[in-house]
Amino acid sequence: MIGFFAPYRDYGGEWLPLLLRAMVNTAVLSVCAFALALVLGLLLSLCQRSDFQALRHFAALYVTVVRGVPLLAVLFLLYFGLPGIGIVFDAFGAAIAGLALCFAAQIAELFRAGLKAIPAGQREAALAVGLTPVQSFRLIIFPQVVRVILAPMIVTFVALLKDSSLASLITVNELVLTGRAMATEYFLPLQIYVAVGLCYFAIAWPFSVFSRRLAVPAR
Amino acid sequence: MSGFSLFLSVVNGLAAGLEVTVLVTLASLAFATGVGFLLALVRQFTAIRVVNLAIDAYCEILCNVPALTHLFILYFGLASIGVRLTSIAAAILGLGLIGAAITSSIFRAGFASLPKGQAEASLAAGLTPLQTIFEILTPQAMRIALPALGNYAVQLLKDTSVVSAIAAPEIMFFARSMVTSSFQTTMIYATAAALYLLLSLPLMQVTRFLERRYGRLKG
Amino acid sequence: MNALLSVAGLRKSYGPVEVLKGIDFTVAPGEKIALIGPSGSGKSTCLRCMNFLEKPSAGEICLDGERIGVRNGQVMRDRQLAPQRAEMGMVFQLFNLWPHLSVTENVAIAARKVRGLSAGEARELALEMLAKVHMTHRADASPLELSGGQQQRVAIARALAQKPKLMLFDEPTSALDPELVHEVLKVMEELAAEGRTMLIVTHEIAFARDIADRVLFLDGGKIVEAGPARQVITAPREARTQAFLNKIRH
Repeated sequence: MIGFFAPYRDYGGEWLPLLLRAMVNTAVLSVCAFALALVLGLLLSLCQRSDFQALRHFAALYVTVVRGVPLLAVLFLLYFGLPGIGIVFDAFGAAIAGLALCFAAQIAELFRAGLKAIPAGQREAALAVGLTPVQSFRLIIFPQVVRVILAPMIVTFVALLKDSSLASLITVNELVLTGRAMATEYFLPLQIYVAVGLCYFAIAWPFSVFSRRLAVPAR
Repeated sequence: MSGFSLFLSVVNGLAAGLEVTVLVTLASLAFATGVGFLLALVRQFTAIRVVNLAIDAYCEILCNVPALTHLFILYFGLASIGVRLTSIAAAILGLGLIGAAITSSIFRAGFASLPKGQAEASLAAGLTPLQTIFEILTPQAMRIALPALGNYAVQLLKDTSVVSAIAAPEIMFFARSMVTSSFQTTMIYATAAALYLLLSLPLMQVTRFLERRYGRLKG
Repeated sequence: MNALLSVAGLRKSYGPVEVLKGIDFTVAPGEKIALIGPSGSGKSTCLRCMNFLEKPSAGEICLDGERIGVRNGQVMRDRQLAPQRAEMGMVFQLFNLWPHLSVTENVAIAARKVRGLSAGEARELALEMLAKVHMTHRADASPLELSGGQQQRVAIARALAQKPKLMLFDEPTSALDPELVHEVLKVMEELAAEGRTMLIVTHEIAFARDIADRVLFLDGGKIVEAGPARQVITAPREARTQAFLNKIRH
């Protein structure tokens, strides 16, 4: 049992900087992908509510396809497949694009649920008072939607953070890939991967706790 | 090779992984729902603090660390201390343990959404607590949980693609090995993606049906 | 006397179902009109057509000589309707206060965003209106902390802040607990005494009898009886009006 912890004492000093750097890479990758996913998700949400049937159909098709296709397949297609037809992504870019494309669908669904949760009377009162539809959305509807979807949004971010580990399979130097490299060098896969797990936990857990606190406010 | 016969040979090659994909999905699903249900029962209906804390810790750890990391720990990590799991066993165990954490919170939410009056009426009628749980509460909680479980199953099918990273011979694994020997990268990964989509469509239909029948669980 | 509001030939259908079958009436400046009638008679729909929250299927609605909701033969879009709606203050059955804004912000926001008042001016106006409804002591509270009666009074202040030509009330007390109804009716009484033009859909028959100048009884999408409030309620001419009033009293 103590044998399990020995490597941490022996190599901890060497491992820590490697893991920390990898954590930063994972964090940067996740934040960039999430930001892009927000933008794409917003656009997708607009398509879902568009007056043009073609856009609505496109949005529905997009959501269905993304629900059924594994993220890994998307990443492989973007990184390994596209060069075959002339589009070359670097690994980091492919990872951001793949993550964003897949999570945009989830985020659009969040927007949809959020909008549905606002009673129709809120908008009616805004229009009745003389606000234009744009003002009504900006001042009355959107602030309330944000409040409603903040907690699920954070949960989605944690999911994206976890899925960023798949970027290791297209050579992005984040936590899992760093772990693999370390495991081949030190021949201590158990301790190393557990350490990798701890690193993810350290980043994700605070967000999870925070989102739960948001969802159940102390009254 | 003509375009279509090439496509057929790709499908053929990928289909070799079909069996394992379905096996891992079903086995993990069974494991996850079985263990998850037990965990939910214990967590919801017993008041032993230590046990409850342990279950909570279990869920937190499994839900805040990526599947890929868990799989590497089970497959590479355990192997280094003499416990050699086959890739399929590690896949089922890994996805199953993560799934148990997910389904346990689904079941708990199901139980929690039942009005208190249900249990009260049952106890007042003279049923024992165990009878109340199994005859009265569980059937209702199950029905409420079904749509969320359906969504989990759809996600699980996609997640099995990750086990290709520990050499489980499922669809994505065959896709990757085919890519190295031929140069039809885009075609192979696109076909693999389409195959997953095809498999998940019936699951999505079932889930949509369940949602319409039993409504959506909040949170 | 020039009518402030005139409604002619108002019809509204939802698909095959015709809810308003030709409504005609006028409201003079300073007049208080009560719309009463059984559920489903179309009285709320009629009121909501005034500011085009429901788009009429046919008919002409004019406020102060200006045609509402239609320009060049086309029904106006929400953005074009905004200035016309700003002339009418609406109070909803479910209050519809905006929970993410404070009480004062609820009242002031339209003045800032629609009429372009500065933040300071808007706040002053808001406090003035809140004083009218006796709610200044909760000026910085959140709507979620208020009782139903308090919320509705704030909603009235919000409508008053528009300095509207016409006040529309859609069953303002129907969603209130009985003991909270009085405080809202009292505020409406005070507004009536100020000489405001008010169109009120209500189930409070005694209130209608005492405060309204005229009462319109709607049933099945048509005005069955119209006349001075006291007369329609205490001595109606139509049998259907009498039947409805009997049901309400018992």
